Formats: sequence, structure tokens, C-alpha cells
Amino acid sequence: MTEKRTIKASEMKPDFKYQISKMHGGEKLMRCFQCGTCTSDCPIARFSDTYRPRQIIRMAQLGLKERVLASDTLWLCAACFTCTDRCPQDVEVASVIRVLRNLAAEEGHIPQVFKDECTSILESGYAYRIPELRLKKRESVGLPALPKGNPDSLCKSLRGVGFLKHVEKKGD
Amino acid sequence: MAQKKYLMFLGCAIPYRVSAFEISARKTLTKLGVELVEMPEFNCCGLPLDPVSHEMMLILAARNLALAEEKGLDIITLCPGCAGTLKKVNKMLKEDKALRDEVNCHLKEAGLQFKGTVDAKHFVQVLMEDIGLENIKKSVVKPLTTLRVAEHNGCHILRPKEFIGFDDPEDPKMLKALIETTGATCLDYMDETECCGAPSVGVNDKVALELARDKLNHIKQVNAEALVTICPFCHIMYDTNELRIEKMFNEVYGIPVLHFTQLLGLAMGIPPDELAFSELRVDSSKIVKKICEGKTNA
Repeated sequence: MTEKRTIKASEMKPDFKYQISKMHGGEKLMRCFQCGTCTSDCPIARFSDTYRPRQIIRMAQLGLKERVLASDTLWLCAACFTCTDRCPQDVEVASVIRVLRNLAAEEGHIPQVFKDECTSILESGYAYRIPELRLKKRESVGLPALPKGNPDSLCKSLRGVGFLKHVEKKGD
Repeated sequence: MAQKKYLMFLGCAIPYRVSAFEISARKTLTKLGVELVEMPEFNCCGLPLDPVSHEMMLILAARNLALAEEKGLDIITLCPGCAGTLKKVNKMLKEDKALRDEVNCHLKEAGLQFKGTVDAKHFVQVLMEDIGLENIKKSVVKPLTTLRVAEHNGCHILRPKEFIGFDDPEDPKMLKALIETTGATCLDYMDETECCGAPSVGVNDKVALELARDKLNHIKQVNAEALVTICPFCHIMYDTNELRIEKMFNEVYGIPVLHFTQLLGLAMGIPPDELAFSELRVDSSKIVKKICEGKTNA
């Protein structure tokens, strides 16, 4: 994302910022005045050459929709919320980034790790498949049995959730 | 001490690979008079899916809150991520009727309803608010007076302030105060409130490990004998990856990563073999031995 590229007016989608502003967590995108507190306080930005929250916010404001949503760096945010707490303009930077990720996911840009967790939740209720060995071990160390997931009930309440079309169903 | 009754919300990471946390937490919480009731049914709190679908996160969290409401009990979690998510969604749904109606439409399909009648707390909050430092101190029979440790709160017990509103995110004091009830000294170090990097594992492991390495370096610089955590993910990040980071960056740490509940358990006089130290990746036997012999030193 730090790659120097000329921004063409034709690339900018002026409606994009309004689309984001209508979503939960994205309401205050337009307040950002580019002070850079988010980037300077971001622990990920310190170790990544490409992840810069201020830049992501600016690109969103400018409506560089395709470039933001297709960018790998969008997925680097660790959701530590330091930027959200310290932003002098109360932009809720981490939430805006989450909104952008949700929009990227809608377009099919989804790191595998999220697809795997989603599949596991749909099948078992748990984000990770708990190995049989672990379940047996619980018994042997005197821990109570794990609460049962209820995939049927879960899938009923998730009916109509758009994201599910991106997750391959196994079994049915 | 009044008996406090909570619904135990384990989350996914703890049963998957952090059982030492659960074992020691159940022992210490029970000893402090917290009654833990098992969840009748469970699904992930929703946090892992928030990046890809906020809608799905809301429904997953609301389902758990609705299940707890049916039981009429507040939720206790060991994972700050679960506590933070359940707290946040609870607040959002209570305050925003349109959102609540929307989520309830989904829950109705499964015969559930969110009403907003229960609370969700991380166990540190339960210790601070329901038990109190004085009572915890009273439960300590073997003070760890010569032990010097560093703490790592983790992000989701602190931030975002608006939804968590529990400790001061810029200068957190509660975990320190809890550690000090055990008699141990809790050291200050650089970038103490910074993220461990765990959420970036799987997206960019190198960046995540560099972050953890940076923290371990700071902890080493203050000569902490152990790192104390209260989050399963932070624990995995440091304990499971410490050896990997040592190899990758040519560092030497040898810093055991303990769950706070293990430390408290020792101070309460619970035998170490009941606190699952053998589950930890970084060898903790030396420090446990020192603690038990009362001969810790920096």
C-alpha cells in the first residue's frame, strides 16, 4: 500500500465514504484529519513495511475502493484498539478498518484462516476443532465435559447472513 | 465471603490448547467462593469472525447472551476476547433498539431472544469487584515475596475504553494489584500495554513474532523471572512461540509464561501438580521449585 502510484480521478469513488459511514463502526470516517496518531501508535505498523492505518483511512475517504479492498495489508490489523482509544477525532479507526474488511470479504477477499474458523463454528460451535484427545484428557484431569455446540440451532439463526456464501459447506 | 454464582464461558482457545489456564482458574476461583455453573450450550463468542462479518459476530454473541439469560446467570470468562465481545454486544443491543430487533429476528429462528438481562465479566473483573483485593490477600497462605514478575494484560481487557471501561488502558493497575496480593513484585517495563501480536498470526507470522519478540526483550531487560498473563491468546503467543522466537532471531529468554491463576494458586498453597505447570511449553520447573522452597530471587 505504500507503493507510490499516481491517484487518478477516475479511480476515486466519491460515494465510498458515505457507504462506509452508514455502517456500524464506520460512522466517523469523515472526521479524520490525517494527524497520524493511529499510525505512530500502531504496534503492527512498527514492524510492517506496508501497514499504515492513516493511509488506509485516507484511501477510504478518497474513495479508492478497489485498491483498499483488494489490499493484503488490510488484514494485518491486530484489533488492539490502541488507535481507537487514542484518536483525537474519535474516528474509531479499528472499527473503520473492520468495516473495510467486511466489505472486502463481501467481494471475496478473505484470508483462509477466517474461512476455516467459520466452517468450524458452523460445524461444531467452536472456532477450532477440539481434538478427541483433548476431550478425553479433560475427563482424566477432572474437568467437566465441554458444553455442546448446537450447529442446527446456530445455522437457523444465521439464515440469510451474506457472508455464508463464501464458506464452503461440507457434508450437505 | 458471599457466594457468587456465574455461568462459565470457556470460549474456543482454552479447550483447544490452554487447559492449564482452565484447571488453575477453576481451582482458584472456587477457593475464593465463586460458583461456576457450566453453559447448557455454547457457540464461539463471535470475535474471530468480526473481521469478515460483523453481522455474524453480533448473532453469535447475542446467542450466548440469550442462552445465559435463559439460565438467569451472569457470564464469567477466562478469555478477555470473549468478555470484551459479549460486553460490547450486550451494550450495543441494549442501547440500539433497531439493531436489537434485527438480531432478535435471527435468534427467533432458533427459538431464542435477547432481552438484555445479564452481564458478562472477565474473571479479573470478578476478582476485583466481587471478591476484592482484601479477600484475595486473606486467601494467600504462601506469599511469593521474593518473586519478581512482569505482567501482560492483553488488549481486550483494556480497549476499546468505551466498551470495556474497566481498568485504565494507558496505565492499567488491576492485574498489578492482583499479582501483588500474592506477595510477588510486579515490574514496570517498556510498552507494557502493547499487543502481543497473536491476532496477526496466520495473516503475517513474521510481523506477529517480531512484536512478541520486542515485548520479550523488554521483559528480559527488567530481569523478570516470569511473565504473567490473563488471556489464552497472549499466553499461546508467548509460551508456545518463545522457543521459536529464540531460534528465529537468535535470542535467549528462558522466561516462563504463567497464567495468573497458577501464580495465585501457588500463593494459596495449592500443590503445584494440581496447577498444570507441566502443560506449559517454556520450562517453569525451576521457578516453581524456587517458589515452593521460598527461595526466589532476581
